[in-house]
Amino acid sequence: MSRTREITLKERIKDLIVGYLLPIITLTIIVIIWETVCKVFNIPLWLLPAPSDIIYQMTRLTRTLLYHSYITFYESIIGFIIAVALAVPISIAIAYSKALQNTIYPILLVFQTVPKVAIAPIIVLWFGLGLESKVVVAFLVAFFVIVVDLTTGFLTAPPELIDIARLLDASSTQIFIKIKLPYAMPFFFSGLKSAVTLAIVGAVIGEFVASTRGLGYLILAATPTLNTDIAFAAIVMLAIMGIGLFGLMHILERMLIPWAFRETL
Amino acid sequence: MCATSSDEIIKVENVSVSYYGRKATTVLAVDDVSFTVKKQEFVSIVGPSGCGKSTLLKAIAGLLLPTKGKIYVNGKEVTGPQRGIGMAFQHASLLPWRNALKNVLLPIEILGLDPEKYLKRAEELFEIVGLKGFENSFPWELSGGMQQRVSLIRALIFDPEILLLDEPFGALDALTREELNLVLQKLWVTEKKTVVFVTHDIPEAVFLADRVIVLKSRPGKVIHEEVINLPRPRTLDMKLSDEFLEHVKVIRDKLGVGVNVK
Repeated sequence: MSRTREITLKERIKDLIVGYLLPIITLTIIVIIWETVCKVFNIPLWLLPAPSDIIYQMTRLTRTLLYHSYITFYESIIGFIIAVALAVPISIAIAYSKALQNTIYPILLVFQTVPKVAIAPIIVLWFGLGLESKVVVAFLVAFFVIVVDLTTGFLTAPPELIDIARLLDASSTQIFIKIKLPYAMPFFFSGLKSAVTLAIVGAVIGEFVASTRGLGYLILAATPTLNTDIAFAAIVMLAIMGIGLFGLMHILERMLIPWAFRETL
Repeated sequence: MCATSSDEIIKVENVSVSYYGRKATTVLAVDDVSFTVKKQEFVSIVGPSGCGKSTLLKAIAGLLLPTKGKIYVNGKEVTGPQRGIGMAFQHASLLPWRNALKNVLLPIEILGLDPEKYLKRAEELFEIVGLKGFENSFPWELSGGMQQRVSLIRALIFDPEILLLDEPFGALDALTREELNLVLQKLWVTEKKTVVFVTHDIPEAVFLADRVIVLKSRPGKVIHEEVINLPRPRTLDMKLSDEFLEHVKVIRDKLGVGVNVK
């Protein structure tokens, strides 16, 4: 029955190395190998640019890249926010009502399995060539993930606890706020993390279908002219955006539900 | 109808419960079960899995309604969830975002009472179950046995008259289990509750109870009632006494454990 013991400085440093340094070292090694292979085997630029070529393009075209990044970021974020705003109340409604659980939820599950890439051209047809169609695709991709994860979360609260609460005359609102909602939070954040990165994918797909702006457009415009290094620079921007948003969700999760990360408390 | 005598707190009268199973068949889980529980009595219900023990407990709590028959608690027919019944289950089901004390105070919050006024009672209960000093620990910092102690005192904090325990020690190792049997006995002695304790462990059932109700399975049916007159407080050594072992043997024979193994 020992209480948590003191964590020594040595262990802390070890954790830091394992947690942060190792991934960075791995990434660095991969980049070095990539660079070496490109240079040693003289791989043509249009086939596979070396990291240094990509960085060169990123410094040369910084403003262009930032502009297109901003467009894609904007489309994804708006789509994501609308997805959260609609998914949360719908999930709550499903959690409250057995009838909705048996009607809406199965339909949502079916829709979730429909590949959104396949309907992107139709979305563009309906919503036009502008930002709107991209926002809608980003929204669609993100929405189903959040609804399904959050609803699953609401349904995971241990039934025994709900029985205990019912024996105390708990109202369904009390059961919801004190038990179901907090239990669903880790699922919600897991949904948010997938959704936010998927929203970017959605926006890019939308741009692929028809657009004049955004990183998806940039990739599409750069490849036929064999400006592969520019396409790669755009992909790096997408990766940075994805990692950044994912990280933001992760930090939010740590701040709001620290209990889901047992070791840190 | 009010057929209960004054010291009968729970009366189960010809209760059957059936479920809708697969392929539109009805499965009879509990078949025509009758028994009574006296005030402040400790009754164990023992039987193999599938004998409807948990179903029966839920029916007493009013969490599900019997298909046939009636259940009375305090002379009143059970028609819905019974306020004033504390329950604990095989899984402690503590809220991971609350420390032990806040978990114990959950029923108080749900009842809309002032948690401050129950701090002293909580402190006493933590002391009785041997968890003093762990009030601020979070569930994952506690062992399975400790979590189960928290779950027991969560069931008791609001001073319910009846405690329904559904295999609360079923997931614990044998040593922790015996220790928690002693803890439960201590709680029962100090708190003077009526307890219905469901288990499939015959020695555990005998050790704790004033009376053991033996159920057979598929469908659950009462086949025997064994009155246990061992002196209180009981010690673990008593589990080796002839009288104790005789009770265990009678129940095991009634259940026919081992008759199919030659």
